[in-house]
Amino acid sequence: MNDHTPNSLRAWPDARGRFGEFGGRYVAETLMPLILELESAYRASKSDPEFQKELDYYLTHYVGRPSPLWHAQRLSAHLGGAKIYFKREELNHTGAHKINNCVGQILLARRMGKTRIIAETGAGQHGVATATVCALFGLPCTVYMGATDVERQQPNVFRMKLLGAEVVPVKSGAGTLKDAMNDALRDWVANVHDTFYIIGTAAGPHPYPELVRDFQTIIGTEAREQLMQAEGRLPDIAIASVGGGSNAIGLFHTFLDEPNVRLIGVEAAGKGMHSHEHAASLNMGRPGVLHGNRTYLLQDDDGQIQEAHSISAGLDYPGIGPEHSWLHDIKRVEYVGITDSEALEAFQLCARTEGIIPALECAHALAHISKIAPEMGKEQIILLNLSGRGDKDIFTVAKHLGTSL
Amino acid sequence: MSRIAGVFAGLRKEGRGALIPFVEAFDPDRATSLALLQGMAANGADIIEIGMPFTDPMADGPTIQAAGLRGLKAGATLRGVLGLVREFRATDSHTPLVLMGYLNPILSYGVPQFCVDAAQAGVDGLIIVDLPPEEADLILDDAKANALDIIRLIAPTTSDARLKQVLEGSSGFVYYVSITGITGTRTASAADLARDIPRLRAATDLPIAVGFGVRTPEQAATVVAHADAAIVASALIDTLCKESKEAVLRDVRALADGVRGVRKQAA
Repeated sequence: MNDHTPNSLRAWPDARGRFGEFGGRYVAETLMPLILELESAYRASKSDPEFQKELDYYLTHYVGRPSPLWHAQRLSAHLGGAKIYFKREELNHTGAHKINNCVGQILLARRMGKTRIIAETGAGQHGVATATVCALFGLPCTVYMGATDVERQQPNVFRMKLLGAEVVPVKSGAGTLKDAMNDALRDWVANVHDTFYIIGTAAGPHPYPELVRDFQTIIGTEAREQLMQAEGRLPDIAIASVGGGSNAIGLFHTFLDEPNVRLIGVEAAGKGMHSHEHAASLNMGRPGVLHGNRTYLLQDDDGQIQEAHSISAGLDYPGIGPEHSWLHDIKRVEYVGITDSEALEAFQLCARTEGIIPALECAHALAHISKIAPEMGKEQIILLNLSGRGDKDIFTVAKHLGTSL
Repeated sequence: MSRIAGVFAGLRKEGRGALIPFVEAFDPDRATSLALLQGMAANGADIIEIGMPFTDPMADGPTIQAAGLRGLKAGATLRGVLGLVREFRATDSHTPLVLMGYLNPILSYGVPQFCVDAAQAGVDGLIIVDLPPEEADLILDDAKANALDIIRLIAPTTSDARLKQVLEGSSGFVYYVSITGITGTRTASAADLARDIPRLRAATDLPIAVGFGVRTPEQAATVVAHADAAIVASALIDTLCKESKEAVLRDVRALADGVRGVRKQAA
């Protein structure tokens, strides 16, 4: 981000890959040379117009960008306050924002001459997006997925297999995203010579948090332009759910230097912030080091990592991207919590008022909108990143609503 | 001279390499760990490496992962590991102990306090897997102030240019990860070692220990024919799981004999 002024909040990370005290490169020596190689390849691509041209081509013709900006009139009227806009990332190919990053990273992998792709996945959206781009470019793909997640996200597991990927269920730990990431890193350590690891969220060792963010900032850049066209002004609030935080940073980054745009990240409060069954790393965790970066983590007094819980597999992670930790500490972004049951309510409300079944991840941000929109003026604007569609979640939701499919 | 340097100096005079067996602390309970430490020292271990259990050991294979989780289940904490070291030290003042683990529990403990407490308990060196030289400034001063050796991992992927950077601030010995991969999986061949070890020798005077995938007395002997020490971890944990701590000590004896069977040129 060399083109920003020194005081810009958009100028991070620094040369050590840090956002304030967060981020960095905490990996085993075997991986260090590769991380450095990746960084230099990324720097070269970032300033190469040919790379940008190639990326634009796939984003336009394959992903279907730009994604629309939708004025959610019925939901706005129902809540009786602010005007609510959806940035419709769920209309991207594969049904979520994840594909933006996967296209970027696989183009980078090809430039680096890597011939095998690995990825971790929680809800399966990133796994599906990775399997998709691997099919597109004819590269073998191995996706690590927690055994618990494999169980609760069967449709996505089947999708990945249809796309030709190998899905490896990870049984260690609670069998969720954290464990999948451990095993993906272990695979990478053993196969550094030919393998590229497509990390799905804006976390992990530097340069991943920066690189994933950069590939996702198109969300905010487009939405900003579209909103200027529709309303002639910036939103009062930009809001997104945060697990690892890639959809949120993708929306927020363009607004970081706009003091009048309030930014809200919504964490999964699971069964309640004080229940010990949540994924609210910023609200309830403390800084530590996991998966290559220093960031807020759910951990016990001994520094052992705790299991996260959320009804949404995509938010079920005990850490968060380092840039969010920094934005939390400097109070540029507010991070709030929404419980499983609040998210379930919002999931249904969105389906009924807008004819859009949102991902359970986004339902968390929608639930918070339900709380704040009624208190706002009718001229005020909330911009939501509707980052994924909820088809993958219908089995989970049906179970919670007592319906068997 | 530090305990670690003392051991290697003595072995150079003797003309043989070192055996460094591994114990995962509190696996499956504290008493077993203590008995293993004492028994290993009595059965030919020259240095002992103690694993500090962590929930997310990214560089470890299934064997050490499972051992760490058993240790945590048995109540292992960093404080508890230091207590174990202290108790071992009460009856053994000469066998060097090296703690191996991941950064987060140490951060949580507080780096300066941890270095003070570890040194007081009788720890000689630290191997922190996820702390590359790029981030090591957070512990180097405290480690030095407390005479704790910082032992670095060097991998086959570490280039000659990078080797210099990794060795700067390393002390005690260097830990050569002989394969690209996780612990307890593949084994490096004699040809691999004959190729790799001279590259390290040219870059450092520190003793070179080789780990990851060393399982049998024959492999340990092959390792010390090229390097200065063989580290054996997963194989011993497997024996502990399938048999008993007595069987582990039997294996340590055999490994120690394997290492002692290789004569090196005495210094």
